[in-house]
Amino acid sequence: MTDWSQKYEMVVGLEVHVQLKTRSKMFCGCSADFGAPPNVNTCPVCLALPGALPVINAEAVRLALRAAIALDFTINLQSVFARKNYFYPDLPKGYQISQYDEPIAVRGTLRVRTPGETATHDIAITRLHMEEDAGKSVHDRYPRKTAIDLNRAGVPLIEIVSEPDIRSAAEAGAYLRTLKQILEYAGVSDVSMEEGSLRVDANVSARLHGATELGTKTEVKNVNSFSAVERSLQREFERQCAMLDRGEVVRQETMIWDASRGTVRPARSKEESHDYRYFPDPDLPPLILDPDYVARLRHTLPEMPRQLRQRFATEFGLNDAELDAVTAESSLAAYFEGVARAHGDANAAAKWMMGELAAALNETGTGIRDFPVRAPQLAELLDMVRDGKLSHTAAKGVFATMRSSGKSAPVVAAEMAVTQVGDDSQIEQWIEEVFAELPAETSRFRAGEKKLTGVLVGAVMKKSKGRADPKKVNALLSKVAG
Amino acid sequence: MAVTETDIRKIADLARLSLGDEEVPAMTAQLNSILAHMDVLTRVDTASGTEAGSDAITSAIALARDVKSAGAPLRGDAVAPFPMNATAPMLAPDSEDGFILVPRLSTHEDV
Repeated sequence: MTDWSQKYEMVVGLEVHVQLKTRSKMFCGCSADFGAPPNVNTCPVCLALPGALPVINAEAVRLALRAAIALDFTINLQSVFARKNYFYPDLPKGYQISQYDEPIAVRGTLRVRTPGETATHDIAITRLHMEEDAGKSVHDRYPRKTAIDLNRAGVPLIEIVSEPDIRSAAEAGAYLRTLKQILEYAGVSDVSMEEGSLRVDANVSARLHGATELGTKTEVKNVNSFSAVERSLQREFERQCAMLDRGEVVRQETMIWDASRGTVRPARSKEESHDYRYFPDPDLPPLILDPDYVARLRHTLPEMPRQLRQRFATEFGLNDAELDAVTAESSLAAYFEGVARAHGDANAAAKWMMGELAAALNETGTGIRDFPVRAPQLAELLDMVRDGKLSHTAAKGVFATMRSSGKSAPVVAAEMAVTQVGDDSQIEQWIEEVFAELPAETSRFRAGEKKLTGVLVGAVMKKSKGRADPKKVNALLSKVAG
Repeated sequence: MAVTETDIRKIADLARLSLGDEEVPAMTAQLNSILAHMDVLTRVDTASGTEAGSDAITSAIALARDVKSAGAPLRGDAVAPFPMNATAPMLAPDSEDGFILVPRLSTHEDV
């Protein structure tokens, strides 16, 4: 395959829609929960019945402001809701209430580090605006019909639109992962692509290296994971480069990502002539924020990932890989800090979280918030390992039982009878038994063949069912052999 | 602010209304009384944030008050299910399992 990146440069801008974590919808009191039976969470406002009037949800405004502050945006103290007119069966009003020329926030930035690169790149973000979600169209459930569920209609969203500052598929992935992390830290959204609370549309074009004009862009849709964004951008870039190289003209159109085939194909929709006929919504006066409130809100934001990384690096001396792992989510970071403070050895805490804990979370698919072993309990387990009461192997077994039973480490260790034995006389007895069972190896060991140490220690460990302290076994082996 | 009989004739002309001479004095008086009421409304102090009545419906009023200084009224983030909520599909010509059904969209014919 041709490596087009030698000749052409990829230019990407991303539009990210994020569902805000409110209880009720943007303009009415219907529940904004995900997963209710179809069309249950609806009312005259979100069904667009005559006479119904929208009223702005203050919590949605608060969350949008938190997101804007976390992403270094300039806040517009006055913003305006507009009607974006288009027809689609999942849009009952025939328009979406959105923000157009006066959004709530403008000019943000996101500092991104692409994996494998040392330098960071500040990606400019054009705007952040508030809007309502449309309903959901299900196309594959009934023959020749499209099924409409309006539970999602009116759920509050923010749309975050970047400048065309992204230069590779990997950088697009890094932008999205960093953005997701910051929004998760700011506590504004569940940011789950699987559940649709974070959705991405990517605009991509290709141009010769050194060119200053942007090429004609296409929009890639239907991507449902960050890695799918990266793969679809790469594929679309290759398609455009091949066209440009043949002297053809790229058409501005929407491309659909086909994950099963790993290809992009044109959407057969007539979307090139958008005219949304935006105008200010006459039902909604301008949103005018209290500057004191916005100023106070700035101080309520928790530490953002970058500051937290810095603090953990200084305070706990973690390396980059450990920092990546323990600061991936704010709840993980809080958990780590809890374990590290209670246990004292931050490196042991980080190692356990990257190994056993990560595996457990992966296996059950739960988040750390719902994980049954809490930070103080894990710290207690790590204390026992450090104090020589549990071998590392035994601790893994104890951890598994703690997860299923909810009991503490000392209780589980006692019940499983796996507490490490450091008692010299007990270990000496096991060694003597092993010597009796393995006379040939023992006499060679006595004759000075040190390489048999491993075999004998292994046999003692097996006899003790893993409970003997291996350091002590090692030390006592020569003494008993005498 | 007030309008004269000349204004009334002009407005009627612009609005393509045929207004008889005998109707002009009555229309002038009526329109002037409407405008007088506008004068009353303009004296209301809106800059210091007079609330629309709808704020009173929620329990989470404090936030709704704090966020804004003027402009659009806000509501607290309280869930208030509407009593018709299970009947939405019945408003549509075709429905199944709670979904509203429409003819398959042309962009998704081959799904």
